Amino acid sequence: MSRPLVEVSSISRSYSMRSGMFGRSAAIHAVHGVSLTIPRGETLGLVGESGSGKSTTGRIVLGLEPPDHGEVRFDDKPMATPGTTAWRAQRAHMQMIFQDPLGALDRRLPVAAQIREPLDIHGLGTPLEREERVRELLRAVELTPAHGARYPGALSGGQRQRIVLARALATKPDFLVCDEPVSALDVSIQAQVVNLLADLQAQLALTLLFISHDLRVVRQISNVVAVMYLGRIVEIGCADDLFARPEHPYTQALVSASPAPGRRSAGRIVLAGDPPNPAARPQGCAFHPRCPRTITRCASEVPALSNVGGNRQVACHLVTGPQVETRDAA
Amino acid sequence: MTDTTLKDTSVRRRISLPAIPVSVAIAIGWIVAMLVIAAYAEKIAPYGYTQLDLRNRLATPGNVAHWLGTDELGRDVLSRLLVSIRISLLIAFGATAISAIVGTTLGFLAAHFRGPVEQLVLMLSDFQASMPFLIMALAVLAFFGNSLPLLIGLMGFFGWERYARIARGLAISANAQGYAAAVRQLGATPARIYLRHILPNIASTLIVSTTLVFPEVILMESGLSFLGLGVQPPMTSLGNMVGYGREYLTRAPWIMLAPATTIVVTTLAVSVIGDWLRDRLDPELQ
Amino acid sequence: MGRYFAIRIGRAALTIVLVVTFAFVVLRLSGDPALMILGPEAPPEVLAAFRKAWGLDDPIWFQYLDYFGAIAKGELGRSMRDGRPAIELVLERIPATLALTLPAFAFKVALGIPAGIYAALHRGSGIDRAVMMTAVAGFTVPSFVLALLLVLVFAVQLGWLPSGGQDSWRHAILPIVTLSLGGAAVLARFTRSAMLEVLGQPYIRTASAKGVPWRKVVTSHALPNAAIPTVTILGFMVGTLIAGAVVVESVFSWPGVGRLLVVAVANRDLAVVQCILLLVAMTMVTSNLIVDFLYGFLDPRLRAKGAHA
Repeated sequence: MSRPLVEVSSISRSYSMRSGMFGRSAAIHAVHGVSLTIPRGETLGLVGESGSGKSTTGRIVLGLEPPDHGEVRFDDKPMATPGTTAWRAQRAHMQMIFQDPLGALDRRLPVAAQIREPLDIHGLGTPLEREERVRELLRAVELTPAHGARYPGALSGGQRQRIVLARALATKPDFLVCDEPVSALDVSIQAQVVNLLADLQAQLALTLLFISHDLRVVRQISNVVAVMYLGRIVEIGCADDLFARPEHPYTQALVSASPAPGRRSAGRIVLAGDPPNPAARPQGCAFHPRCPRTITRCASEVPALSNVGGNRQVACHLVTGPQVETRDAA
Repeated sequence: MTDTTLKDTSVRRRISLPAIPVSVAIAIGWIVAMLVIAAYAEKIAPYGYTQLDLRNRLATPGNVAHWLGTDELGRDVLSRLLVSIRISLLIAFGATAISAIVGTTLGFLAAHFRGPVEQLVLMLSDFQASMPFLIMALAVLAFFGNSLPLLIGLMGFFGWERYARIARGLAISANAQGYAAAVRQLGATPARIYLRHILPNIASTLIVSTTLVFPEVILMESGLSFLGLGVQPPMTSLGNMVGYGREYLTRAPWIMLAPATTIVVTTLAVSVIGDWLRDRLDPELQ
Repeated sequence: MGRYFAIRIGRAALTIVLVVTFAFVVLRLSGDPALMILGPEAPPEVLAAFRKAWGLDDPIWFQYLDYFGAIAKGELGRSMRDGRPAIELVLERIPATLALTLPAFAFKVALGIPAGIYAALHRGSGIDRAVMMTAVAGFTVPSFVLALLLVLVFAVQLGWLPSGGQDSWRHAILPIVTLSLGGAAVLARFTRSAMLEVLGQPYIRTASAKGVPWRKVVTSHALPNAAIPTVTILGFMVGTLIAGAVVVESVFSWPGVGRLLVVAVANRDLAVVQCILLLVAMTMVTSNLIVDFLYGFLDPRLRAKGAHA
């Protein structure tokens, strides 16, 4: 068994934000001690509300910005420093799919030229081979060469995202980070794009980090799902198992709020309190002000992510052993 | 108004060729004519611009031999005007190109490196904007003397700060937006990001500011040449001709009126085109 | 508030430092001062003695600081033409320049601002279009052309006014008119667009919608807000008074600072040029500073913003 393609060990990232006119800077911990592994050919879903640090995690995992602490290893090698030649060369092996496909495309270039761009950048193939590869990629994302001659403004949202996908696949990367790839699209189109992504992943043996706030989509495509809250992973486990039996109170609330077939909406947990604000992170367990089951210990002590049986890990003082029946309590 | 009528008008607007107002058409025609003259001045000119015709000194305009008359030495005003247009446009284009390239490059450097580089560029552009350019130009001419390349280079310092500010602002927002970031993570070098992606995206705004800088360069150069501190005889430029004509204002006002009219109409034409371009191009970028 | 002013004063000082640096760099780049002053045929030992006497053998950094020191003490060198201190030559020309530029400035304000306000309030009217056309002409007709046209009409053709010199008040009329017209056109255009922008703001519509008489809306809401950008351009105009006089003084043979500058440049009288350069820089910086201070009083929001700028 080979090592996982992506290994993330306890990365942290904080930003300093100036507040007020005297420039007192406050540190905002966007990501705190996150560890992940993604085996080759598998998909890790990363779930959380906005401000949970999931996008920052995605950017660090992809090497777009360095972590303050911790390390990301890709294919058993450390990530190169952003902006260096080695880093640029490494880009051919890992790519990103963005939330806003129109923003991610240059409006002044025909999309075929943009799909071709990574080939030009990394000097892959002769000009003729590059043209052929562009046609092949357009077919792969279920578009025609005629679409390639158009400008991004003349395509629909779904078509644009297919173009972004085709561009990301041009260099035959091993790893894709998809940051909310379908949340800007119409619901009817979302399924098409997700299915296409799943098909391509199977065909090309891609490894994915799939970031979304939409549990349905994550569930559809992921092998393993990690739930983030205010910069930390609070629960991680196999997708089907995690959604069927969420252990962390926050995951339970998320799952209950998401419509799913065969589950009655009666048991919906409505979270009280303010939405999470990374600039004012609560003491102890960050979730405790909103948690329906908080105990005194939660306000002072940060719960560690610990194994609760199977391959499930949970960071909650109330969830300690494999045999605890938390579902009924909810 | 219903949806269908809205759609109809928008379709119609797209089908009809971009309607060019008459004033803009005339302005474009004038500039094209100036460019043709600048390119072929020596071939079009009926006489050499330094050629003397001592029997026809201070001939009035409208005679067969000299359409625009002659000056005190019997030199043909039309021929001198054509060559002056060439020199003045050469300086104006050269200087505008230098200032656009220097300014845009500095703006990109500021946007790329941020920090001290950005502060330095901003400080220099504040400084440039706060000092009257004419005085600085005169100081440089006093210290270095005069030559055509120096004059073009000097004029090239005019207006760079506007390009630098625009390029910096737009490049920073492009870097924050998706497309530049997306290309960066594809592994593109900064040169590729700035030249192939950001530059075409901000080009229309830069072109509009060019139409603001260009007439000012013409005015600045003709002012310096008028004062006798710009283009030096025997070479001639529009401002130079006006300055020379000033001596004969009483006896031969045509020597001064022909180049003066050319200066005014040319700057007016570029301003008209610039206004029109700004209305057409800028809103798309906002 | 204090911080806002501190930043402005710091910037003003920085601009002066940059101007002095500019003068120093240009002076040093332009060639060996010893050769330039003594001439190329001077014997080498004389050149060496000169260099030693003037500190030209010192490291460039020393020379730069020396240069600053001399300027701070007001030692701006002597004119190469008559050996008098440059600063004296410049100072004695200032009254003549002010005699043109101050009345011209008053006319610009008196003509330009009311015309701009009127045009904005009667947008699209015949007067508005006339103001706009004049404003465009003011930008495209260079001052030396305007000056010559005025001479051609009023001095040559009609013979009403003298075409140059400084013998009586009648000699000042054409230069002042030349200076005023161009500036008034720019000011009118600027005031008009500042006014139009303010008139388009929601608070103006709110005020008139709730029944405030239009006259009062204009005087107590629109004008104060349009004043802020207008003050900026006025400050800039004060700063360019000398620069604007360069061309006009030359055309009308008016013995002011501007004409002195042109003559000094033509003769490469470096001390005088440098002195005028510093004078212009000081004027610019001072007027910008005054504008910034006025801003601080006119617009309280800027005080807060200034802290970040």
